[in-house]
Amino acid sequence: MIHSRKKSKRLVIGASVLAASLALAGCSGGDAGEDGAVKLTWYMGAGVPDDIATAEALAAAFNESNDDGITVEVDASGPEGVEGDNLIKTRLASGDMADLLWYNSGALLFALNPDQQLLNIQDEPWVDTLNDTYRSTISTEGGTYGAPVGNAMGGGILYNIDVFEAAGVEVPKTWDELLDTVKTIRDSGVDPVIQSYGDTWTSQMTVLADFYNVLGEDENFADEITANETTWQDGAGLKSFEKLQQLADADAFNADYSTLLFDQALTKLANGEGAMYPMLTFTQATFKQDYPDSNIGFFPVPGDSAEEVGLTTWMPSSVYSPAYTEHPEEVKEFMSFVASPDGCAVIGETRGNAGPFVVDGCEMTGEVSQIVSDMLPYFEEDKTKPAFEFLSAVKGPNLSNFTVEVGSGISTAEKAAGAYDEDNKLLAQQLGLPGW
Amino acid sequence: MTTIEKSRKKESALRRPRDLTRGAYPGWFYLPAGVIYGVLFLLPTVVSFYFGFTRWNLSSAEFIGFDNFVTFFTQERLNRGFINTLIFGALTSVAKVALGLLLAVVLTSGIFARGYLRAVIFFPVLVSTIGVGVTFKILLDPFDGLVNQGLALIGITGPGWLTDPNLAIYSIAFVDIWKGVGLAALIYIAGIVAIPSDYFEAARVDGSNAWTNFWNITLPLVRPATITVVILSLIGGLRSFDLIWTMTSGGPGFASDTIASVIYKQYAAGYYGLSTAGNVILFVLVTVLVLPIYLFLNRKSKEL
Repeated sequence: MIHSRKKSKRLVIGASVLAASLALAGCSGGDAGEDGAVKLTWYMGAGVPDDIATAEALAAAFNESNDDGITVEVDASGPEGVEGDNLIKTRLASGDMADLLWYNSGALLFALNPDQQLLNIQDEPWVDTLNDTYRSTISTEGGTYGAPVGNAMGGGILYNIDVFEAAGVEVPKTWDELLDTVKTIRDSGVDPVIQSYGDTWTSQMTVLADFYNVLGEDENFADEITANETTWQDGAGLKSFEKLQQLADADAFNADYSTLLFDQALTKLANGEGAMYPMLTFTQATFKQDYPDSNIGFFPVPGDSAEEVGLTTWMPSSVYSPAYTEHPEEVKEFMSFVASPDGCAVIGETRGNAGPFVVDGCEMTGEVSQIVSDMLPYFEEDKTKPAFEFLSAVKGPNLSNFTVEVGSGISTAEKAAGAYDEDNKLLAQQLGLPGW
Repeated sequence: MTTIEKSRKKESALRRPRDLTRGAYPGWFYLPAGVIYGVLFLLPTVVSFYFGFTRWNLSSAEFIGFDNFVTFFTQERLNRGFINTLIFGALTSVAKVALGLLLAVVLTSGIFARGYLRAVIFFPVLVSTIGVGVTFKILLDPFDGLVNQGLALIGITGPGWLTDPNLAIYSIAFVDIWKGVGLAALIYIAGIVAIPSDYFEAARVDGSNAWTNFWNITLPLVRPATITVVILSLIGGLRSFDLIWTMTSGGPGFASDTIASVIYKQYAAGYYGLSTAGNVILFVLVTVLVLPIYLFLNRKSKEL
């Protein structure tokens, strides 16, 4: 019948047009611009407002100062936390990542398999101006991959100076003194330690910031973990888990610890509703900006002896580029801006003086907050050690869940450390490390 | 034969398929749906059985035998998901059957505003699961949530619905039941309405009350609906992910993980081989549980 043949012919033409348009839509367009002007996109997660502000400031300063017509645009649409990690890993592996990427340094970077997935910039001239410790956190034996987008910072215990004064306690210099301080503050009616398990990543801080003391007991602990010669459960690292458990057993936490969020915890500390909060010092910018009347200080997690108190440091996050980017030369130009005194100046303006820079030639200028001035002496006296994730690639992704379990009383320090060891084993095998 | 009879005969001949087993349409009509189903469902299922035995980082896969499965059953944070899945599946399935039938009996009796009540019962089924999860997470917050504040008004201190590790999975199961019972009720209503009223009239003559009506007439005759509800809710309950992820992300710690959220966490951590092994385990679990139940129930109904 002619009627149905015509109909089927139209159907075929319609279907093929649809298929063709689908195929064309599937092609992702590159951004070459009209007259050779290159636009680079910088992808990051939406979690930390300070980070987004830093990226936008760096992009704006670079766009103004460079005369090659390169523009950098920040895309802070990524999700935060585990979802963000997930998306970044998937986009990198599937060839869909933007030209620039904001990500942590150290163990988390190594989990991205940089030798295969990231652009190698080890021959750039500015790489030699990088601080050695920082450089080791963005390099593998195969190359160097990032430029720093922040300051080095410390991890330890933020405390409300007014609450301490009202309760009549001093900054504790040993862990036992800290437990006594907890008791005194609890008796004075204030929550001694704030915990915010609504954002699970914050639960790890007590354990991670204790690492200076772990290295004090066993200075090769990180290398031994990497080579599978010791474990967290049997080695010097168990003490860090035990410290968290001791705080939980001493009823040191606020009543709503299980659902409190990170920024709510900062508010509590600023308002004096809690005395101490284990956290990183990048928060000094938030206190300065949002709670200018608050009086917050900082001290590192104490160990067993008052003379051996030292600071566990965190290296800044970095900007990286996928190996398959279409504009490697422009990316390298941007990275060299970021790792220069001009870049440092932008970072210093946006984040305030949060800590020492990791690029030679960059100095901190202007006034520093109480938190930073409490932290600086440790840098000056060289009493710092990098956190575990900057000395080893074997940091399993589930640590925050284990620390939530210890802090909530669901698990013990020993069991959590053992479970963390098993988690690390999976990661080490996935990374193909020898000896596992 | 008259013209009218002739044309009627022609019409019925056209309407009657030529061969009853072949059907009215050629098998080629299955092809587009079959291709999509094969490529998007069958092929990945078969291939995942291979990848479940490897350590996979998307660019290379190293065969490691049963290691992934051993890890799944020995690591506590993973095998807790297994147990939680069974609890969750059983609980939601049983509750949906019981409550669904109860609601259907009520909604097919002569109560006031029946149509409105049916709509209200069914409405949660239509709402986005993510929306429900986020809303209940806020409602069940132990300090600021409406549920605990309401309980405080009458003097009860509400527990940490989603933060107590022993309670979390049951709270999520309750929300899942609230959301899914409408569909069960709908299926049961269809089943009850299909029962011919002769049975009820005959029973009334014999002097039966509401309970004997229910037990001896309604219950046996809605068996097909019961089978449907049991199978659907069991499969859905075993595979449940959205509610758990939005309400607790498997927390606190790992207390409310199910296999589906464990799979997602392993995938997010980059352990693609382990995650695929989890998917294989889920596939096997659902098949092993649901297929025998399905065959058992259907065989019995044929005998009926």
